[in-house]
Amino acid sequence: MRNTLTLAAVVLATWGLTGCGSDTGSADAAATPAPSAATTLTIKDPWVKAATAGTMTAAFGVLTNDTGADVTVVGVESPASPMELHEMAMQDGQMVMRPKEGGFVVKAHGTHELGPGGDHLMLMKPAAAIEAGDEVSFTLKLADGTTVPFTAVAKPFAGAGESYAPSAPAMPMGSMAP
Amino acid sequence: MTSRRRILTGGAVAGLGAVAGATVVAATRPETPVPVAATTASDTGTATVPFHGPRQAGVAEDPPAHAAFVAFTLAAGTDKRALGRMMRLLSDDAARLTRGTPALGDTDATLAALPARLTVTFGFGPGLYARAAAKSPVADLPRFSIDRLQKQWSGGDLLLQICADDPLTVAHTQRMLIKDARPFAAVRWVQQGFRRSPGVQAPEHTQRNVLGQLDGTANPRGAEIDPAVWNPDGSTQLVVRRMRAEIEKWDLLAVADKENAVGRRLDSGAPLSGTNEHDKPDFAALDDSGLPKMPDFSHVTRARVEDPARKILRRPYNYDGAPDALGQPDAGLIFAAYQRDIAGQFVPIQQRLADKDLLNEWITPIGSAVFAVPPGCAEGGWIGEHLLG
Repeated sequence: MRNTLTLAAVVLATWGLTGCGSDTGSADAAATPAPSAATTLTIKDPWVKAATAGTMTAAFGVLTNDTGADVTVVGVESPASPMELHEMAMQDGQMVMRPKEGGFVVKAHGTHELGPGGDHLMLMKPAAAIEAGDEVSFTLKLADGTTVPFTAVAKPFAGAGESYAPSAPAMPMGSMAP
Repeated sequence: MTSRRRILTGGAVAGLGAVAGATVVAATRPETPVPVAATTASDTGTATVPFHGPRQAGVAEDPPAHAAFVAFTLAAGTDKRALGRMMRLLSDDAARLTRGTPALGDTDATLAALPARLTVTFGFGPGLYARAAAKSPVADLPRFSIDRLQKQWSGGDLLLQICADDPLTVAHTQRMLIKDARPFAAVRWVQQGFRRSPGVQAPEHTQRNVLGQLDGTANPRGAEIDPAVWNPDGSTQLVVRRMRAEIEKWDLLAVADKENAVGRRLDSGAPLSGTNEHDKPDFAALDDSGLPKMPDFSHVTRARVEDPARKILRRPYNYDGAPDALGQPDAGLIFAAYQRDIAGQFVPIQQRLADKDLLNEWITPIGSAVFAVPPGCAEGGWIGEHLLG
């Protein structure tokens, strides 16, 4: 709920700025298509799996696209860790996770779930421990250049064991996998 | 409610034609003296109780049929900041689960779909306040002569009272909350209990315990609850005591002896001085032989409280474990009582009962714990935010 509110505030601020630009007749502001996507892609129920420093972990939530056009998430950033967009896929007869080519496409008026065992936002190497109950900031980067900031609460979670395939052979992640 | 009124009216009519109270009881015996439910509600599974509000849920509402009382011992490293993180997580879980939606990261999300009046009530023990470097509103109870307390049922830094009209809902909620509490605290004890199932009796009926007694007749009801239970800031206090019932000994008694020990008729729950459950006991009334109709040693006589602000709100659950090889039951009462101030309300009552209550022969306190129940929280807030934020 708190995250939804935070996002709503960002949305309002964006609209406000756009409105000011239009009032002053600024062609630049009026012509910028970027804010429209950012104002309508949201992430619902975000959370991140608690982890010790240096241990891979992942963030989840439900991406929701309220626009009439597909929206593509092409990247994600966090002050907590280097990040990658990941998918789970069958590789050599084994489910592994690997970077998602082309990002996550959220269909027009559709949702896209990020969850354990599926697509997720990967924290490759958290600089510090992410402890249960911590709130971690993230920023989604969309194909049109806009960004969607959100915070996710850290939960203790011992999910299904998954294996990571950066590009080379699968690397087991053991019990700490998302 | 209609059925209740009808039956109560029926009892009153019978009383008019009867000479003595005992005759009335006999006359009504063939009928169920406790109001039964007219219909079974079809929304039992989907019914919800709001989690958010100035006071925590799970206190003043009619108790759901099933409960788990889960007490925790804080881990050594759980400091004030960690307590805040824990309570944010647990409050968020409770807020979601009580409206029938899965908790974040819920591995068994389908089990969250039927909340069945689920409530999660948080209590803070003295040890939690010590970690928060704050003065505890509650202190351990004094030792009572009747106590045979076991460590496995006593104390606790944090309590979750999980109640719902369905045991699977309680089980899933308990599992989810224990998982999220695990980085901060260890499970100290769990007490699971039950009341009548939804639809079996009319709402607001008085609970019957495993000794067959109506339990809670004298509870404050409606507007009487506020002055007894709630502090101005929305907090209250909870006593949880595990009372083992010595059922095999109780079995040896004749009904009249059982009724003298309690001070009430077993079937109707009427005080021995009256004819109906909710008749006010008359402690001055004498029987034909000149003795008080309400024996001085009876449970009702010893426990009575006249001052509305000194009453306690009992919210007990029965427990019934597996009997041993000889068939001896492991059963009793999870006595849970809410009041503004344990020291000023519960302790004097318990002291009078410990000093002289014939019922002590058949009930043994084997567990005891006290908790402050902090105010509720608004949406987006969390329980304990004023203490730990």
